[in-house]
Amino acid sequence: MANFIDRRLNSKNKSTVNRQRFLRRYKNQIKKSVSDAINKRGVTDIDSGENIIIPKKDLSEPVFHQGSGGTRDKVHPGNDQFSTGDRIPKPPNQQGQGGGKGDASDSGEGDDDFTFSISKEEYLNLLFEDLELPNLEKNQLDKLIEYKTVRSGFCSEGVASNIDIVKSLQGSIARRIAMTSSKRKQLKEYQQALADLKQDKHDHISEERELKKLIQELEARIAKVPFIDTFDLRFRNFAKQAVPTSKAVMFCLMDVSGSMDQATKEMAKRFYILLYLFLSRTYKNIDVIYIRHHTQAKEVDEHEFFYSQETGGTIASSALELMNEIITERYDDNQWNIYGAQASDGDNWADDSPLCKSLLIDKILPKTRYFSYIEITQRAHQTLWQQYQQVMETHPHFAIQHIKEVADIYPVFRKLFKKSTKNAA
Amino acid sequence: MGTANTKAPSNDTQPVKPLDDCPDWTFELLEKYQTEIARVAKHYRLDTYTNQIEVITAEQMMDAYAGVGMPIGYNHWTFGKKFIQTEQTYKRGQMGLAYEIVINSSPCISYLMEENTMPMQALVMAHACYGHNSFFKGNYLFKSWTDASSIIDYLLFAKNYIAECEHKYGINDVEATLDACHALMNHGVDRYKRPQKISLDEELKRQKEREEYLQSQVNMLWRTVPNAKKDNSEHKYKFPSEPQENILYFIEKNAPLLKPWQREIVRIVRKISQYFYPQKQTQVMNEGWACFWHYTILNHLYDEGLVTDKFMLEFLHSHTNVVAQQEYNSKYYSGINPYALGFNMFIDIRRICEHPTEEDKEFFPEIAGSNWLDTLHFAMENFKDESFISQYLSPKLIRDFKLFHIHDDEKNNYVEIGAIHNEQGYKKIRHKLADQYNLSNIEVNIQIIDANIDGDRSLTLRYIPHNDIKLGNSKDEVLKHLHYLWQFDVKIVQEKEEGEDEVIAQCPNKLKDQ
Repeated sequence: MANFIDRRLNSKNKSTVNRQRFLRRYKNQIKKSVSDAINKRGVTDIDSGENIIIPKKDLSEPVFHQGSGGTRDKVHPGNDQFSTGDRIPKPPNQQGQGGGKGDASDSGEGDDDFTFSISKEEYLNLLFEDLELPNLEKNQLDKLIEYKTVRSGFCSEGVASNIDIVKSLQGSIARRIAMTSSKRKQLKEYQQALADLKQDKHDHISEERELKKLIQELEARIAKVPFIDTFDLRFRNFAKQAVPTSKAVMFCLMDVSGSMDQATKEMAKRFYILLYLFLSRTYKNIDVIYIRHHTQAKEVDEHEFFYSQETGGTIASSALELMNEIITERYDDNQWNIYGAQASDGDNWADDSPLCKSLLIDKILPKTRYFSYIEITQRAHQTLWQQYQQVMETHPHFAIQHIKEVADIYPVFRKLFKKSTKNAA
Repeated sequence: MGTANTKAPSNDTQPVKPLDDCPDWTFELLEKYQTEIARVAKHYRLDTYTNQIEVITAEQMMDAYAGVGMPIGYNHWTFGKKFIQTEQTYKRGQMGLAYEIVINSSPCISYLMEENTMPMQALVMAHACYGHNSFFKGNYLFKSWTDASSIIDYLLFAKNYIAECEHKYGINDVEATLDACHALMNHGVDRYKRPQKISLDEELKRQKEREEYLQSQVNMLWRTVPNAKKDNSEHKYKFPSEPQENILYFIEKNAPLLKPWQREIVRIVRKISQYFYPQKQTQVMNEGWACFWHYTILNHLYDEGLVTDKFMLEFLHSHTNVVAQQEYNSKYYSGINPYALGFNMFIDIRRICEHPTEEDKEFFPEIAGSNWLDTLHFAMENFKDESFISQYLSPKLIRDFKLFHIHDDEKNNYVEIGAIHNEQGYKKIRHKLADQYNLSNIEVNIQIIDANIDGDRSLTLRYIPHNDIKLGNSKDEVLKHLHYLWQFDVKIVQEKEEGEDEVIAQCPNKLKDQ
């Protein structure tokens, strides 16, 4: 007696919850692995998941087991050379043959770390867990900027180009049927009567003539019912629907004057990578604009941005000005979510710093969702930092942070984008 | 099941039309093979639970794997880890999936994997649905330790209960409790008392009562306010009065500060451990029995002309892989293959019954020449691995396997060959091999000897070494888990040569702090 059950269509992801529990438990190790991996990636390389490595000892589930020492007896198959009483010296650095009582079944694995992959989604989620997109919620309501036209049924009024022929003709047929049905019924009766009269042996000429006349009249009236009437017309109706735009542009501003060395730039690069990854979670299309500046600002490509060297003084306002120009020209702030990230070692021509402040406050900050400034330096802060600090006090979507070394970047990034508990309260 | 597959009465005169041997299976074909296999199984008096055969995909098989043999499992990260491990090794091609998984339940659930060919499905059905199934129903350990009819209900209860606890008390606390229980799972087995058989409804009803009752009992036990000034070494009376080896049971009943729901979780883990205990004790026998029967049943069908040569070749290929035994010097050697040992022992018992040699008559006077089927059923019903080997391992099999025994003493810088497959060695090898399957030698012998209930409430366990083997390094970690459940000091002692007890581990670890 047996019952067969086809379970193949049942869900195959019975273990999903347990897998999530596993990720949850090892979050710290996994997060470390994830943030280590960030250093190996290019700015826009976000298509892959990540391999996670966890040391095996962290994963072990301890149980009481027998340890070393003592005497052990073991039976093996395949004796090809031994006789009772043979003595085989132990290998010098190993405690006894087959050290443990267990079979060597999983010895192939050795003490390797536990490696497994997580998906791109899981990777990004872990990387940016507890972070929020700055001001997204607040701005989204008053900045529903893009409209999409969507079909929304039919209406009886509209422009000729929107006539829906099928719908209109359907209406016409219905109307004609409704308006002529009683007449057709009548017509049928007359025709029947006429046929009956013709069958009759006697002549009924006058009655036939009478009937024929009635039939003609009726047919004329039926024919008068118009084939199509304005009443039948149906127009396709369209409605405008507001959709939050999924376009974003990210401005990377960096000081490339002589005081910025390659190591500092590398640090800035990591920060941009993180920002890009972060934004890519929310926006489908992201433009990245690289602006490098010394005394003059210039829009460049990624390679030039990070790797070409120039010398000269520093006027940070030039970059801000260029950014403002590009926004006005190409990125209408009604359609684009604009983010700015500026990196510098803090050097700036002292007189220029107040200009930077006013540029930000008057021109750039009203258009951007978020603007962050990171200062990568070991030295004391200078004028730019001080000016920016004043900006920060009045503008919640402006943030500045100080980075001293590579290890700071991730924490600083988290700090910048941390879910603000203040707002929630 | 509507189409009655009327078997042609197997007259010798009428040629039997063999079953379709195309590699692709269909449900109709499965049904036909199943009917024939069931008929042959009945012929050999295999008494089974009703079979519930479920066809699943490879992904679902991985899920089943991760559930460590529980068709319904509660949620816990360790199953997630197992799933990820299985998935990784499977994807890398390091491991094929098992052809089948079978659950000791009534009806007996077996999983067939979609990818298997028809001959493989037939093998699996004979192996799992009639081999393992009859073993579950017939073996004395399964009969007395497990209740096949209630396990699914119980697992369902456990899953729901734990989910409810997570909801009420938070995932973290439930997880920590489960972690602690898992660490002590091997010590949650009641080796002497038989568990009662109850159904889900009763379990639910009793669970509530138990919760209240247990808590009141614990409160009684701990009612005396501890007196700090009193000398701890002088108890009023000893508790527990006898050493307790079922640590989880002791915790469930006596841990002072556990919440009622935690006690219930301890109980769930303990029950599941108990349910799996017989499987640990009968690995060789269980697999041997199942292999013997898939081999015998399918050969029987072949002799009747019901399956073709093509079918048999594929079947034998898989069968040979399963029961292959690597030799000690092979790079694939990983100990004795329980399938190989078990299968060959059952085949050998049949041989001894049917064609005994002089040697067999000397070694097995009771079974040599007896009815092989009676003898086999008796062996299946009344033994576990250890006793089965020491009862039935024949000199011929020792020679066939070329078994040899190695004695390894820590004090010597050599290992010694204790016995080989010759006249002098048979009995010793049989004895040593049987010992190798004796759980009390393999598992750590650790018992609760004292709970200081009128003093500092500390718990003392004693480790009793087997053959002077030390307790493994994980002891400190496990003790942390025990401490989580007991919530007062816990320590493990071991008797030294002079007869005094020496503390070998404790938590919180005061030795290190000083």
